[in-house]
Amino acid sequence: MSQIVPLIILIPALGSFINIFWGSRLEEKQSALIAIFASTGAFIIALLLYFNLLATNYQEAIINPFFFDSWLRIPSGGVEIPWQMRVDTLSVTMMLVITGVGTLIHVYAVGYMHGDERFSRFFAYLNLFLAFMLVLVTGNNLLMLFVGWEGVGLASYLLIGFWFDKAKGEGYRNANAARKAFIANRVGDFGLLMAIFLTFWTFGTLDFFKPGEIVNPDVQTGAAWSDHHGDAYGEDDGHGAEEGDHTEGEASLGATFVLTSNAYAEEVEDDHGDDHATDPAIAAAPVFPDNSHLTMEQMGAFGQAERMIAEQEESGEAIMVQFGPFEFRFGVVITIITLFMLLGATGKSAQIPLFVWLPDAMAGPTPVSALIHAATMVTAGVYMMVRANTFFHFAEVTSFIVAIIGVITALVAGFIAIGQWDIKRVLAYSTVSQLGFMVAAVGIGAYVPAMFHLVTHAFFKALLFLGSGSVIHGVEHGHHHVHDHGHDDHHDDHGHEEAFDAQDMRNMGGLAGKMPITFVTYIIGTLALAGIFPLAGFWSKDEILADAWLVGIGGGGFLHSLSGYIALVGLLIAAGFTAFYMWRQIELVFFGEPRSEAAEHAPESTAWITIPLMVLAFFVITLGAMNTPWGHRFATWLEYSARHAHAGQFQILLAIIALSVGIGGIYLARVIYGDKKGYDAERDLDALQKTPAAPAWHAANQRLWWDDVYFAVFINPFIAAGKFLADVVDWRFLHDDFHNLLTAGFQRAGGMLATPVDRGVIDGSVLGLGRFAQWAGDRMRRPQNGFVRSYGVWLLSGAILVVIFLLIPLFQNGG
Amino acid sequence: MLVTLTLFLPMVGLTILLFMNDEQEDQIKWTTFGFTIATFLCSLLLWAGFDATNPALQMVQQWTWIEFSSFEVNYYVGVDGLSLLLVLLTTFIMPLAVLSSFDAHVIHERGRPKLYYIFMLLLEWAMLGVFVVQDLFVYYVFWEVSLVPMYFLIGIWGGDERRYAAIKFFLYTMAGSLLMLIAILFVGLQAGTFTLPGPDGILAQLQSGAINFPFNEPTRFFSTQSLLFLGFFIAFAIKVPVWPLHSWLPDAHVQAPTAGSVILAGVLLKMGTYGMVRFNLQLFPEASVYFAPAIAVLAIIGIIYGAWVSYAQTDVKKLVAYSSISHLGFVVLGVFALNSVGIQGGTLQMVNHGISTGGLFLLVGMLYERRHTRDLDAFGGIWKAMPVYGGISLVVVLSSLGLPGLNGFVGEFTILLGSYGSLVLGAVYTFFATIGVILAAIYMLHMFQKVFLGELDKEENMNLPPLNWREIAVIVPIVVMIFWIGLRPWTFFRTMDSTAENLVEERLEVAIEALDDSADVAAADGEVDLVVAETEGE
Repeated sequence: MSQIVPLIILIPALGSFINIFWGSRLEEKQSALIAIFASTGAFIIALLLYFNLLATNYQEAIINPFFFDSWLRIPSGGVEIPWQMRVDTLSVTMMLVITGVGTLIHVYAVGYMHGDERFSRFFAYLNLFLAFMLVLVTGNNLLMLFVGWEGVGLASYLLIGFWFDKAKGEGYRNANAARKAFIANRVGDFGLLMAIFLTFWTFGTLDFFKPGEIVNPDVQTGAAWSDHHGDAYGEDDGHGAEEGDHTEGEASLGATFVLTSNAYAEEVEDDHGDDHATDPAIAAAPVFPDNSHLTMEQMGAFGQAERMIAEQEESGEAIMVQFGPFEFRFGVVITIITLFMLLGATGKSAQIPLFVWLPDAMAGPTPVSALIHAATMVTAGVYMMVRANTFFHFAEVTSFIVAIIGVITALVAGFIAIGQWDIKRVLAYSTVSQLGFMVAAVGIGAYVPAMFHLVTHAFFKALLFLGSGSVIHGVEHGHHHVHDHGHDDHHDDHGHEEAFDAQDMRNMGGLAGKMPITFVTYIIGTLALAGIFPLAGFWSKDEILADAWLVGIGGGGFLHSLSGYIALVGLLIAAGFTAFYMWRQIELVFFGEPRSEAAEHAPESTAWITIPLMVLAFFVITLGAMNTPWGHRFATWLEYSARHAHAGQFQILLAIIALSVGIGGIYLARVIYGDKKGYDAERDLDALQKTPAAPAWHAANQRLWWDDVYFAVFINPFIAAGKFLADVVDWRFLHDDFHNLLTAGFQRAGGMLATPVDRGVIDGSVLGLGRFAQWAGDRMRRPQNGFVRSYGVWLLSGAILVVIFLLIPLFQNGG
Repeated sequence: MLVTLTLFLPMVGLTILLFMNDEQEDQIKWTTFGFTIATFLCSLLLWAGFDATNPALQMVQQWTWIEFSSFEVNYYVGVDGLSLLLVLLTTFIMPLAVLSSFDAHVIHERGRPKLYYIFMLLLEWAMLGVFVVQDLFVYYVFWEVSLVPMYFLIGIWGGDERRYAAIKFFLYTMAGSLLMLIAILFVGLQAGTFTLPGPDGILAQLQSGAINFPFNEPTRFFSTQSLLFLGFFIAFAIKVPVWPLHSWLPDAHVQAPTAGSVILAGVLLKMGTYGMVRFNLQLFPEASVYFAPAIAVLAIIGIIYGAWVSYAQTDVKKLVAYSSISHLGFVVLGVFALNSVGIQGGTLQMVNHGISTGGLFLLVGMLYERRHTRDLDAFGGIWKAMPVYGGISLVVVLSSLGLPGLNGFVGEFTILLGSYGSLVLGAVYTFFATIGVILAAIYMLHMFQKVFLGELDKEENMNLPPLNWREIAVIVPIVVMIFWIGLRPWTFFRTMDSTAENLVEERLEVAIEALDDSADVAAADGEVDLVVAETEGE
């Protein structure tokens, strides 16, 4: 069983590989099939792992892939960071979402990208993304997570900039958006790197958990299944001497129930036949109720942290951690680690202050926006923080900051979304806002609701993005239709074509009747996002609010309690924004009269596009059932991999309040934008601009000047300083003036020398040597057949002369 | 014997070339290429026969060259884990550099192909000598000889300002070398031998206390050991180059022909960082500990400054040249972390930089051959015109900016991890150095976008010929190494682990402890704590 785990990464990687190298020779259908097969294959493996978890009572597994066992390994420095994978309820949740939504989006993309000249390349990148995303969620250590983390960043970079060659500077702007995304993420990655360094030097390992460890003693009775082998990291040969280093690993197997596939068993037998003999005994080993029999070295970072926290609470004395010459309290260390992790999360999960890249990322093709910039990649930050829930649970100050950042992001992005005209930008800000919900949930310690919202959001936001793609596609088709039939002989109309923006909601309207499937599924997605009963979004959003309420009144420390109240109020307001901007979009896109000829002629999309929409809509309706007040199945499931996960409580009053906020938002939007008065085409005005709220709308429309401030404060000064450093400091001063100063006196004194060096050595000496060589060559021609005619030999003699010259004083000295 | 064979194979090739003439260009090329390949194979044998668990010098060969009553000079060659990797890097880069020169238009234009390839082989010989020779005196000879062919490569086949660049390169390095020469003579005459290893070697004498370089008198800064340390260090720092001694580098890189830049970035600069590990750390451990924070500060300034300046460049080659300063800052930081992780990370990063930056120069060269310009604004949308070239360039660019899974990341991460856990540096240094990781993305992606992305709108870029087989053969080994080191660096860490461990345990940790103790004593006596007071870094 366990050896199929690496395949979940290998299959998409292989799909990507094939499409990169042979894509240009394949037809569209073939390319697409390869990619879809790869994605489906990964999904099937995720399903198998899911059923396996159910069958084994949620026993997690740690797997050393057969293709790469060791990665960063420096025995003398105590560094041991393997390629090692982890299958537990948390990672399987992510795998299912990634591969499930991913497969649907692959299918959708066949229709969406049809006719693109780099069709196969697109699918290669999509597969590449899947592979990296799966590395991110299956890694059993922080560094593997980081590999996936930056890898998905690369895929995102490539896909945002996929249309880098579009005419009229649009391609360059796409590339700008891609670069912006990568760099903003790099700032976050800087934080994550610092967190990794600190974690390593605190715990001596980057592993989340080590084999044999029990993640959550409250719910787990048995031990993990694993095929981790005591010496499996090592090379197959040549380090028998270091066997001793791994004996701790061997010991930890005492609590490990080993499931070893035949292929692996054979391999193990070949290499370590004697060790293998002990495996059956391990399977029958006694089961420990908790980790108390393990030494610190036998536990991963989180297990060690749990123990240190417990010890600290027991003794009442702060544990000190030594870093070279410095010493810190353990609590401080955890706070710093989590703060740096938070910086990482704000990059990848688009939170304030680094969220600015995500709206621009909409430059990528719509399937990309749906898969990477809504459903999966951007949730990586939330996943990481839930994974590190031990740290965050303990770091009260950080948690408070996390909650605040989440709430502010949810509010700011929700507000900005109200003022956008671009159909995808509205959704982009909506995504930022919803990620704010998840982050806030993590901040108040509601890890299960955070993950629950992550899952439901993945489905309904993917649905909405794909729906918007369908709309854009329809409008573009309508535009071409008009263009082809109405203006056949007007060549100057090209200018008009360029100016037409198929994503601008001002060009839409009245699409409900023309694109019925898209319309119905879009409404479902919208209602789910607005948190309307009984769709998935209602349950997950309500869980977050309920937890916030409980945290607020629970009184687990002032900051914690405060963060609960802030989250409750802030997120309720943000939920109101959500309902409002989504219904505004519905009104502008689907209702009223068509506002352009393109919208007039927009056809419904093909089955490639509509079928994924319907499948997603089905899940959006039903997915809430997995964690309802009548059965916290998702909570129970997650408790096995997140120590501090706990089921929420249903608050009927809160649910009613939240529901009325959602309905209220929709009603308000209906009142303002309904009845064809959403957009005043003559004066180019949004309906809100005719109300007293006009300045607020303007601020939202200008995105709160966030980007402008960044340009003024960071980016332009950076560029200017770079130019100054390069031209003035480095070139004019260091390179020219300072150099001249150094050499001026030297040159004057050595004027005699300088000319011979300048003219002489290069031209003169070479020519002179040449002449000399010719002369010498003439003389030597007879004995050596005239081949010695080289400057090199003279050069060599010169070098030897120099050596001898250098030796003279030493001879004298010695003699 | 194998070491000597590896060392002198290029010389054999050179001798054969002497018997050819310029008209036989094809034979000259292939002979040179054949000998660089043979050298490479030879070095692989060396690697295969190397016992990684043994920290000592291996495959030693020696005979006495000069013997006097007061000192001796030996031909003493051998490899340990650290030098072996650099030997491999040299022999790996050379065939690629030679192959990349086959159709170089500067050689057609300026002629003298024979001389060109002679210099290439001479250069390889000198560089290999620097890495395998264990006698300070002979080392110095190789160090100086390596200057000569590079001087001519730049000066004859370089760009428009080649003379200025060549002379600047020569003078800067020479100025530093003189200080090193003085230090070498001092050490050698005091020990009575110039040879480092061996029962009577300098290292053994240091270990037994037969000689020592006093460190506390009269002050730490002006003590014999510190001055000797600086004598070596300044020579190396110019070579690396450590900020602010770098102003020769952009000239040399921009003016050098493609192969020259590749070798310069790929190997020649590593002679400096290698020298720091081999001589500074090994011979002067106390001074190393003492100067480490200050040097780390210079390294970090170099990391950030190099990256920042690189971003503002409009000449592709200059951009890559400044990025070298940034990358080598990481190497120096790793070396002066003075722990096993940092030193190994630094050494691996020397190899990585050779591969990635060497690769970048090769790629820039290919573009230059087609367009005869290096101006960023002259390009745009090249990925569309040359898809394979664009894809390969992306991989090399990503490796250079440190994408995990590729080689650059492994080196940088290990260095930063080492400096974080270092007993002499620590978190604050790492914090600032890690900013370089962000900056690397900024300047590298800026370059990539300017050259490869955007609309293909310039007439002269539309019909660029695709890569030919020879160019692909040049670049594919680079790409393979990028992935290999990135995914499975253990192959390389394994080679150097015990050597680095030995260096740290026997020399550095002792010194760190000794300095700690004396600092404690000083503090107890109420004296000024010199370590803190005189370290600029804090």
